Amino acid sequence: MNTLENLSRRRFLQGSAGLTLGFFLPGLADAAAAGPGKAGEGAIGPIHFEPNAFLRIGTDNTVTVISKHLEMGQGTYTGLATILADELDADWKTVRIEGAPADAKRYNNLFWGPAQGTGGSTAMANSWEQLRRAGAAGRAMLVGAAAQQWGVPAAEITVRDGVVSHAKSKRRATFGELAELAAKQPVPSDLKLKDPKDFRLIGKQAKRKDSVDKTNGQARFTQDVQLPGMLVAVVAHPPRFGATVKSFDAGRAKAVKGVVDVVQIPQGVAVLATDTWSAKKGRDALSVSWDESHAFRLGSDEILARYKELAKTPGLVAHQSGDADQAFGKAAKVIRASYDFPYLAHAAMEPMNCVIRLGDGRCEVWNGEQMQTGDQHALAGLFGLKPEQVTIHMLYAGGSFGRRASSQSDYVLEAAQIVKAINGKAPVKLVWMREDDMRAGYYRPLFHHALEAALDGDGNLTGWRHRLVGQSIMAGSPFAAGMIKDGVDLVSVEGAANLPYAIPNLKVDLHTPNDIPVPVLWWRSVGSSHTAYSTETFLDQVAAAMGKDPVALRLELLAQHPRHAGVLKLAAEKAGWGTPLKPGKPGERRGRGVAVHESFNTFVAEVAEVTVGKDGSVKVDRMVCAVDCGIAINPDNVRAQVEGAVGFALSAALHGEITLKEGRVEQGNFDGYPPLRIHEMPVVEVHIVPSSAAPTGIGEPGVPPAAPAVANAIAAATGKHLTRLPFNSAELAA
Amino acid sequence: MIQLNVNGNLQQLDVAPDTPLLWALRDTLHLTGTKYSCGEALCGACTVLVDGSPMRSCVVPVSAVAGRKITTIEAVDKQRIGKVVQEAWRKLDVVQCGYCQSGQIMSAVALLSQNRKPSDADIDNAMSGNLCRCATYVRIRAAIHEAAKALV
Repeated sequence: MNTLENLSRRRFLQGSAGLTLGFFLPGLADAAAAGPGKAGEGAIGPIHFEPNAFLRIGTDNTVTVISKHLEMGQGTYTGLATILADELDADWKTVRIEGAPADAKRYNNLFWGPAQGTGGSTAMANSWEQLRRAGAAGRAMLVGAAAQQWGVPAAEITVRDGVVSHAKSKRRATFGELAELAAKQPVPSDLKLKDPKDFRLIGKQAKRKDSVDKTNGQARFTQDVQLPGMLVAVVAHPPRFGATVKSFDAGRAKAVKGVVDVVQIPQGVAVLATDTWSAKKGRDALSVSWDESHAFRLGSDEILARYKELAKTPGLVAHQSGDADQAFGKAAKVIRASYDFPYLAHAAMEPMNCVIRLGDGRCEVWNGEQMQTGDQHALAGLFGLKPEQVTIHMLYAGGSFGRRASSQSDYVLEAAQIVKAINGKAPVKLVWMREDDMRAGYYRPLFHHALEAALDGDGNLTGWRHRLVGQSIMAGSPFAAGMIKDGVDLVSVEGAANLPYAIPNLKVDLHTPNDIPVPVLWWRSVGSSHTAYSTETFLDQVAAAMGKDPVALRLELLAQHPRHAGVLKLAAEKAGWGTPLKPGKPGERRGRGVAVHESFNTFVAEVAEVTVGKDGSVKVDRMVCAVDCGIAINPDNVRAQVEGAVGFALSAALHGEITLKEGRVEQGNFDGYPPLRIHEMPVVEVHIVPSSAAPTGIGEPGVPPAAPAVANAIAAATGKHLTRLPFNSAELAA
Repeated sequence: MIQLNVNGNLQQLDVAPDTPLLWALRDTLHLTGTKYSCGEALCGACTVLVDGSPMRSCVVPVSAVAGRKITTIEAVDKQRIGKVVQEAWRKLDVVQCGYCQSGQIMSAVALLSQNRKPSDADIDNAMSGNLCRCATYVRIRAAIHEAAKALV
């Protein structure tokens, strides 16, 4: 979603020109205090100093940083607090984090314009200046308070680790001691931010703030919410996309002890019970007859066959430079390959769920909330409320990978429909069983790519044509207006249309079938989850045809892209590129492969080492990664995110495939859709390029280069270029 | 009524005997640190210790564990190995989303209770039933080695 960010850059700069100061609304603060953290935890200490929407300092010295972004594993809470706490010169030990309420005026994503939400690896990038200024403002007001109290010039006051000092008079005070007086200081208009050499937390080793609660069972997820009188709902969903309820018999369901109610909703039939197990038993006991007259009945094979037909005809042009068609006309040699990518489920460990309570003219939501403004509007629309009457408690999400940023508010609206069907008589927790989650759609779209490269008589790479076929993610989403240009969904072609290589004639075109009703959604790294694979493995095929080393060819073609080249060189060097690999056991074939890709303004190169067994089984032994994400706010978290991204990408490359047969999703649980397990996890080394550039994203960019690096290593080991995902070991048997 | 011994407390539960231990812990006893994710013993997020052995509580009916000693993440620090494992997890910042980590820790505790110096292969064997979609495996492995060192 790079372009989205660029489109909003102007707004961001406007927004960041002055510190946005919010009003303190007690109702919202209560709501936020019920957010992530220990169950039943309240606000800590009396609140005396709240200089802006992101910071609160208690008289007990507690520094509370308000996070406008969701913590779903990517380390956002810790990262955002690090930025603010550094400029504030807070004592890291006293810093705690609280999830922000839904309030687009104060907490919008500056790259998304007037909408609050988390995604596109934007949390650090859009908050960087905003939170530095928020911290610096708080610091200036604490200094002002000390200067006033002690009758000394503010310029002589220093701040370190939560203590304000005046050396000459040997006076010192903690933040807590100054909080009351600081609250009466004027909000500074002229802020001086730190010189990066003076950072004490940024770029250092701030520990994750959620480690304790996530290792003792106290971290609170949506699944863990219990409200007085709450009912748990489990839903019978239609077996095919587009099917609806024809009729149902609730008799056997209602006979299950604990079942309280059975209601029809647009999404299916919901069984409400006093506890989850009873609700599930009731759901399983339901007898539902479905109207499938408008249901989608194609299988993945048929969808792919259609896409392959489409790929024979020109699509809408997404990028054109030079004259590719002419270059191919003059080519001495043309290399071709086509690629198939399946639907992929996010399959977060916490299946989708949502708690909603209706009453007193408002709607209250507990959710691993990733799309506040969209969900607020969707719920307000359903209940006939104003968006600000929808209160959202943002809890920790047990993974998301994009899924909780639902473009259609799908599971949130499903919970709301159930509450509506029982006239709001009880709070409802919607719980999806794993199978509900895996079969609900909102997949990474199935894609087909066709690539061609032209070499001239001297063996130079003169032309590149890339055609993509796949459903649009942005169509129908709140971002459609900005993200679909002349019919081209920019995220369908990201990573392909902006191919960094210096190829004089380049053409990228796109078919977007609009007659496939399978819901699709952004899946960690979005378009780059497939475009990095096709471009980077195809380039290796081209390198082989040119008789060039894959790293050397890339560096040659990246002369104008120093940050791509920088990570590529670093990864190659650390991996010992060009040195011989230790041979495997008899019958084993080993290989090394590389890929480099930019996504979300972050540059990542990865070198894979693999062993392919006689039977074609693939073992990824080692991944050496180099990252340029600007200033690494928390280097250890950058490493953690890339480690995890490699594992996430390998899940898809080695196993991941959601298939449809006659319109039914064939997989339902982790047996049919197996994520990577520990014995399949390679050694991962992560090297960070030192940088003084503003921070960019890190949640997603480690994903795209992993699968192509592995595929290129497999090709080096076996001579086979895999063009269909997930990898089929039968193709690799010796 | 079924009597369960959870974290050293005897509890009388009024639940159907076929109720999986997972839901009794979560919905009846409000011990929500043990997580639901697959319901079929495929992912390990619901792992608890029953008489010291790891069990997937999503497929164990409460009737099968009546009277046996059940330990959940909430009380894992009451025993030395649990405490050490928890500290290793924190020292290395293993967690990401955290949803699977209760189960990971319970499996790691069970492993180290049986084997004070596990090899990488031992770790693979003991931990391959615990999925982590954030793929924190590099650090899980490192944290188990770290805990093993601390237990010497």
